[in-house]
Amino acid sequence: VLSQIEGSQAVARAVAGCRPSVVCAYPITPQTHIVEDLNRLVKSGRLTPCEFVNVESEFAALSVAIGASAAGARTYTATSSQGLLFMAEALYNAAGLGLPIVMTVANRAIGAPINIWNDHSDTMSQRDSGWIQLYARTNQEAADLHVQAFRLAEQLSLPVMVCMDGFVLTHAVEQVDVPEQAAIDHFLPSFAPRQALDPDDPVTIGALVGPEAFTEVRYLAQTRHDRALALIPETAAGFERAFGRASGGLVSTYRHDGARIVVVALGSVLGTLEDAVDDARHAGIAAGVLGLGSFRPFPHQAVRDALSGADRVIVLERALAPGGSGIVSADVRAALAGLQVPLHTAVAGLGGRPVTMSALRSAIDRAAVGALEPMSFLDLDVTRIEDELVSIARSTP
Amino acid sequence: MYEIRIHGRGGQGVVTAAELLSVAAFLDGRHAQAFPSFGSERTGAPVMAFCRLDDVPIRSREPVSRPHALIIQDPTLLQNAGSLFAGLRPPGHVLINSTRDVAELSLPASPQAVSVPASQLALRHLRRPVPNAALLGGFAALTGLVSLESVLAAIRERFAVDIAAGNAAAAEEAYELVRALRREPTRA
Repeated sequence: VLSQIEGSQAVARAVAGCRPSVVCAYPITPQTHIVEDLNRLVKSGRLTPCEFVNVESEFAALSVAIGASAAGARTYTATSSQGLLFMAEALYNAAGLGLPIVMTVANRAIGAPINIWNDHSDTMSQRDSGWIQLYARTNQEAADLHVQAFRLAEQLSLPVMVCMDGFVLTHAVEQVDVPEQAAIDHFLPSFAPRQALDPDDPVTIGALVGPEAFTEVRYLAQTRHDRALALIPETAAGFERAFGRASGGLVSTYRHDGARIVVVALGSVLGTLEDAVDDARHAGIAAGVLGLGSFRPFPHQAVRDALSGADRVIVLERALAPGGSGIVSADVRAALAGLQVPLHTAVAGLGGRPVTMSALRSAIDRAAVGALEPMSFLDLDVTRIEDELVSIARSTP
Repeated sequence: MYEIRIHGRGGQGVVTAAELLSVAAFLDGRHAQAFPSFGSERTGAPVMAFCRLDDVPIRSREPVSRPHALIIQDPTLLQNAGSLFAGLRPPGHVLINSTRDVAELSLPASPQAVSVPASQLALRHLRRPVPNAALLGGFAALTGLVSLESVLAAIRERFAVDIAAGNAAAAEEAYELVRALRREPTRA
């Protein structure tokens, strides 16, 4: 049904359409509206049978999800920011145990300094947890990705994070065609767990694995992610056939043909970026966009294919790895190995600073004349930190 | 693309106003995007919300910095009119919740401004001084960008029956007041 609704509400309805039998979550801004809406759907009997479990922390939320999933329930949870960090230990367990939990992360910065606004610090920090990470460009895609996520998770026996920009998407009201129940039921078969905890037919899930087999278990994790590289586009194609619209997939491109400067990004900034690229093209700069729909697994080959014709690549980083050279950039650089394509890392939109068309245009313009630094911070205002910069400089021998 | 910035204070339904405006535009068959200036949701604190309207899908996610129109839900914010009017594109539709005529309000650079006593209308029809729905009725009359019918439909979709009725009545009266003002060129 085409509706003008808040992103969180669209996601809650799409998740409900996937008929999870256990939903648990602990409230944290900006994720809270999603689970509040799901709670209403459970309470009103519109999502049934489903147990909504109130827990005392995010660690408990994911622990309950792990238990429920291990017992054979289709399980959903959601969080943000510090909440995701509080789940960290359990995140690795969910992935290591091969439990197909789907979780929305309403992306938000990590403190300190405490900040409730949007960037990608939270999910990027859990890059190596073993979860598949899909990033939504729009609220339509956020809703659609959840339907795909359950299917992918259950086919691969891997948990999936659907990452959507906190506030920018979760709190935006726009047109969303919420997936219809009958179409979801057709697309997403009911959950048939590979194995389930059952007192009548006991199995052990999560046994100690020693040096004789741990490497092999981890190899299986890598193999599952490799398989996901094929399944993600297949699932997106199947979704498009079933629902009549393109959503998801490994990568997306915009004005990519003949692009000399390609900007790589993930999430909702791709919208503003498309406007910026149109503007740059109008000014005679052959710019284009490569959007990453999947960050884990990282689609190295698709990225290499998409960027091999570019003169320059700008990678927009919505998170900072201090002391490093860009989290997404590292993967893009690996994908470009052996190609002579200069790569620029542009850190942008940290802690809710808007990524504006003018800042993006300025980065593209500077790249076009070879004046963009290898690593830059868009819209950085050094006047706010001058004293501290001087003090840091003095502290070096 | 037409961009609107709504200024008010926490508790005045600023975010709801942007959402309702987007729903009204949606019901009119247009694309619309509404979102708050995030995080400043404390009661009484200045709050902004944004709305974009277009005939094609809207891609931009940045806050509205060069609005075509302003809705000012709280006249005390006019003390800081300079920042309130920042970036307003000429000719600039401005709708102000005030019992005073715009000529009495010291507004920057004589934009096309209209005032409507939205809080008083809300008090009368709703018994609560929440001006947002009334202002949307006024906005429909001021700009013609959304139809009054769709504003009323958005209100009825959003609120419980009795609250919707009060808000709808306030919106209709504001619509008529602004329409009357627009017919008097001396006030424009």
